[in-house]
Amino acid sequence: MYNDILSHLPYKSSFLFVDNITLLTEDKVIGDYTLKEDAFFYEDHFPGNPVTPGVIVTEIMAQIGLVVLGIYLVGLSPGEFAVTPGNKWMPLLASTDVAFYKMVLPGEKVTVISTKQYFRFGKLKCRIEMHDAAGEPIAKGVFSGFVRPSGPGIAGAKQI
Amino acid sequence: MDRREILDELKKVLTPYTENKELLAGITEQTNLIHDLKINSANLVDIIIDAESKYDIEIDLDSAEKMTDIKNCIDVILEKMNHKA
Repeated sequence: MYNDILSHLPYKSSFLFVDNITLLTEDKVIGDYTLKEDAFFYEDHFPGNPVTPGVIVTEIMAQIGLVVLGIYLVGLSPGEFAVTPGNKWMPLLASTDVAFYKMVLPGEKVTVISTKQYFRFGKLKCRIEMHDAAGEPIAKGVFSGFVRPSGPGIAGAKQI
Repeated sequence: MDRREILDELKKVLTPYTENKELLAGITEQTNLIHDLKINSANLVDIIIDAESKYDIEIDLDSAEKMTDIKNCIDVILEKMNHKA
């Protein structure tokens, strides 16, 4: 288990979509999340017919596949700043291109597998897949993003 | 390879990242990738990676940070190609 890294994630309660990290290397991360039956979005999406929104599926893929791996890689080679509890930072999503194969219902456990395409000049680009408990694909896509300092007193993000 | 040839090749590298292809017609050494070609700054990394494989060169962070206009892109590419030769 590699759950120590979860303490570095900047998300709280209703928008934290990572339960476990089961593999974490410089090139690959695997993690899982079980959708909470009382999650805030099910009441309205859709009334009487709760289905996980595509944006939430995308967010789960990004948090496990991009943010966890990004924090790990930045920690391995701290450049302009380090990811520490006292150092304010945030993940920035740069692009997503996702195809959806099937719905995710409340209570389902999903597994995210992310393979690094590159990590250069602070930009991480990954090929990310989400599978259900039976190993069937739920979604597949290519994601990219940055980890950036945030908050007052810290110089703004560089262009690259 | 002279600057003119590199500019023509560079145009091909920039094409997939330039939404409005008409902007590429008026490209000069003074053209800024973000302000003039309206390229998403997040894609500068992809452009640098594509340029690396096209010219078989390696671009370091200091050089990469300069590559915001065509003149500097050509300067960096020429410098790295000469360094390799």
